[in-house]
Amino acid sequence: MRLSQANVTEASQRFSFTRRSLLMSAAQLGVGGALIARAAWLAIAQNDKYTLLSESNRVQLTLIPPRRGWIVDRHGQPLAKNRSDFRVDLIPDRVPSLDAVLPPLIETLGLTADDVQRIRTDFEKAAGFQPVQVAEKLEWEQFAAINLRLPELPGVVPARGLSRDYPEGAAVAHLVGYVGSASADQYKESHDPLLITPGFKVGKDGLEKTMDLHMRGKAGAQRSEVTARGKLVRELAKRPDVSGNTLKLTIEGGLQAYASRRLGMESGSVVVFDCQNGDILTMASMPAYDPNSFSDGISHDEWDMLSKNDHLPLMNKSLQALYPPGSTVKPMAALAIQRHGIDPHETIYCNGGYRLGNRFFRCLGRHGSVDMPTALMKSCNTYFYAMGHRIGYDKIAVVAREFGLGQEFTLPFPSQRYGTVPDSAWKMRKYKQAWSQSDTLNATIGQGYLLTSPFQLALMAARIASGKAIIPRVINGPLVTPPRLNIPPEHLAVVHDGMNRVVNMGGTAARSRLPLDNVTMAGKTGTAQVRRIAGSQRGGDAMPWKYRDHGLFVCFAPVENPRFAAAVVIDHGMGGSRAAAPVAKDVLTYIYDPAKAMDSLLALEKNWGGTIKERMDREAALYRANKAFENGEIPPIVPIPASGNTADGNSAATVKITAHAAPAPASTAATPVANAPSNPAGTVQP
Amino acid sequence: MRGGIIPAPIMNLPWRLLLPVMFIAGFGCVVLYSAAGGHVRPWAFSQGLRFVVFLGLALFLGRIKQDSWKAIAFPAYGIICVLLLIVELFGAVKGGSQRWIDLGFIRLQPSELMKIAIVLAISRFYDIMPAGEIRRWNAIWIPLVMILLPAGLVLLQPDLGTATMIIAGGITVMFLAGLPLRLFIGGGVAVLAALPILWFSMHDYQRNRVLIFLDPESDPLGTGYHISQSKIAIGSGGFFGKGFLNGSQSHLDYLPEGHTDFVFATMAEEWGLVGATLLIAAYFMIVRYAMQVANRSQDKFGRLLASGLGCTIFYYFSVNIMMVMGMAPVVGIPLPMFSFGGSALMTLMICFGMLMSIDRASRRSGQFI
Repeated sequence: MRLSQANVTEASQRFSFTRRSLLMSAAQLGVGGALIARAAWLAIAQNDKYTLLSESNRVQLTLIPPRRGWIVDRHGQPLAKNRSDFRVDLIPDRVPSLDAVLPPLIETLGLTADDVQRIRTDFEKAAGFQPVQVAEKLEWEQFAAINLRLPELPGVVPARGLSRDYPEGAAVAHLVGYVGSASADQYKESHDPLLITPGFKVGKDGLEKTMDLHMRGKAGAQRSEVTARGKLVRELAKRPDVSGNTLKLTIEGGLQAYASRRLGMESGSVVVFDCQNGDILTMASMPAYDPNSFSDGISHDEWDMLSKNDHLPLMNKSLQALYPPGSTVKPMAALAIQRHGIDPHETIYCNGGYRLGNRFFRCLGRHGSVDMPTALMKSCNTYFYAMGHRIGYDKIAVVAREFGLGQEFTLPFPSQRYGTVPDSAWKMRKYKQAWSQSDTLNATIGQGYLLTSPFQLALMAARIASGKAIIPRVINGPLVTPPRLNIPPEHLAVVHDGMNRVVNMGGTAARSRLPLDNVTMAGKTGTAQVRRIAGSQRGGDAMPWKYRDHGLFVCFAPVENPRFAAAVVIDHGMGGSRAAAPVAKDVLTYIYDPAKAMDSLLALEKNWGGTIKERMDREAALYRANKAFENGEIPPIVPIPASGNTADGNSAATVKITAHAAPAPASTAATPVANAPSNPAGTVQP
Repeated sequence: MRGGIIPAPIMNLPWRLLLPVMFIAGFGCVVLYSAAGGHVRPWAFSQGLRFVVFLGLALFLGRIKQDSWKAIAFPAYGIICVLLLIVELFGAVKGGSQRWIDLGFIRLQPSELMKIAIVLAISRFYDIMPAGEIRRWNAIWIPLVMILLPAGLVLLQPDLGTATMIIAGGITVMFLAGLPLRLFIGGGVAVLAALPILWFSMHDYQRNRVLIFLDPESDPLGTGYHISQSKIAIGSGGFFGKGFLNGSQSHLDYLPEGHTDFVFATMAEEWGLVGATLLIAAYFMIVRYAMQVANRSQDKFGRLLASGLGCTIFYYFSVNIMMVMGMAPVVGIPLPMFSFGGSALMTLMICFGMLMSIDRASRRSGQFI
């Protein structure tokens, strides 16, 4: 079969070949021209664009995280400093498979299951470019081993860096806070590349958070020539970083640490003021987390343990826990009563209580005939019921506010609660109810609607001690001379006398006299009821821990020429004289005679089972062991309920709790404190 | 004959071929020296050595009579087809895509040799066929089977680039042999129509390469990385280039395969548009030589073989350069003689040997007629 009828000969074939090879050559020349044209387009027309791309390939700009400013106490001793260390990070974007990278890391760095779980969680949450910390504070040998194995570990970045170091550990946790890698949200907000630079930390809580920019400094930059695999070829230009500023506090480091340790096994807080100028010398809240381990990146178990603890180690109780102040407000009430013309020497007969209509308001004892100083000394409710009833609570509330209760103070902390000083207008606004006379009686002795923070109690004590309207401050700066309060000195003298008798003349805190020859302390105990109490039953030993009364104590020293004022609150401590006053005694003793105070602390710590760190480590180990038991990994371990509190936590709770109603902020919040609203309702009326 | 200082046997060598060949290979060694960061090892030295050895081979092949090529055309084609089959079976056993047979001293890549063998066999086929038969079906389906059999085997490896080269080489010879033009036009239309079918029969990585060729920036860190970095290298080179040993893209490893498939980009970064133009021009001189040899040749076999080889050489370098500049998908074809690697060099040198052999035959016949 033929395709066509044309007659093809050798000659015609040769001719067609010549034509067709010419065609091919022309086509080839066309393609060749296109090749050169394309090369010219790339190399000449788009040269600028590609030169730029080539340069951005070649030169890498690395930010050098600035050295974070230190936090120092009033004497310049560091509360938070930097320590140079070796660290290893993961850049999620460059990690092809976490499962491939983890085993060699576990092997080389000896990571625990806890660490691995934290890395996995962080890795999932991280936004690609954000470094995930694998390990910090590595030994040189470990660091070198990782560097050797880098070729098989894509996305693993070893670095020398600085890590935050808190020499006092948990003792300063709530005060200074802690640092950590910036969150993905923070980066999305500002798009500051510094935030995702490996090793860069921002403040996450406390002063570290609120004063972050002050301490942050300015990042340095390093231009360097790098290969595609990120290997450094040579360094081109460098701009050094500018260290952050030092943050100097009014805190007295030694006293802060002592107070934290002295709180011991209790849940509570200590606030100490210089009552002449408003310097906060100590603001301790215990138990606390260890900011060192928080700044390393906290493990899931550690977080779990802290957030489930009924002693609320994640809450800064000094500023965020609210308590009915109990009898600690009686000195303030005494000043209000005097202002409204009542002679402090007028006596009231206490027969064990006060009758209002058909209700009988109990006193703690039968004090007989008492005047104002005696009423303070013996903490006689009847006297204050009577006098409060006579002048009305609205007038006392005015004075309470003058002394700082219920007032908002601007302090550099992420969250504060300001409590409540109730009066008739407040009650009408809040509950649409008229103020009753029994409300007055309750509020006068620091129960009922009245709620304060330990910080406010200390401020009240400081203003009573000095008679000055001091403004609290925690950041050191030039001294300001506070104005005097509108309180006649003779009124103050009566109250000082009463508070002196409380401690030094057989009053309610007689056992807490300072063990010093020439310095005496004046104070006032308080016991705040936690639950509605039937009849005369108080929240004492027989009750589960969480329903026991709070113990409070406010004080100042020296009595004659007040310089220091303090408030101590022990959660469920069952009474001011029993739980709080001894702590205040030791803390004030430390100011004048540290050696003597330390002796008594060491004796106590022997019973408690060691220092804060030793106890926390043991607790963490026990928690992990129990957890492992729950997971069926190890045989059961006999728990050591050292404080006797752990067992109580399980009892069924149907009773309403008054104070620190903030829920444990555990599961959701990134910061350990929830920003809870003030004025929680549901205060107890006896 | 011309007298002079240079002896006649050397004068008579086809310098119009050898000069551009030596320029390309020499330039290639210089670029490989730079790609190794200014060292002759691991690439420049062995490439130079290989070139010298293979140049000797080419000169030797050039002295073989053209009739001998005729004689081995079909046997060579048959043997290489068998080798392709062996590679295919061997690869299936080893469970991967294996393209070579390890002979101990060299890794023989049959698909590479097939690029020449197909041109040789198809030329021989039309050489045997009487002129009058060219319009018969036999003139079409037999060569088509001859082309598609090895092309299919290579495609199974899978090596789309080489398969395409084999098909292109064979079809080119069919075109030059004088088959009716409408067959090629119709065939072109048919291929366009078959593209969707081809698309769905491709491997994922092949499909990916095509997609990324169409939009390299869509995947700047994945497969498109090659093309993006290659364009950056060429584009940042500018007119005169960044200078010898100054190419940051290649020296800092941003350009992948900078000594093999993407060596053109390595060169263009340091030597600029000037170097690129000179290199392309040198390749064109070689192709031009092949076409002239074909036109001078007195018989059909010589004509078809020389022009077919010329076109094969052209496809070889132009597809590579198009790929490197982002005008064609990344198909994994090296730049012959310039890239580091022996297979392509050997293929080209065998081409040159055949071309010189045909050249000699035409000169001799010219002398004796």
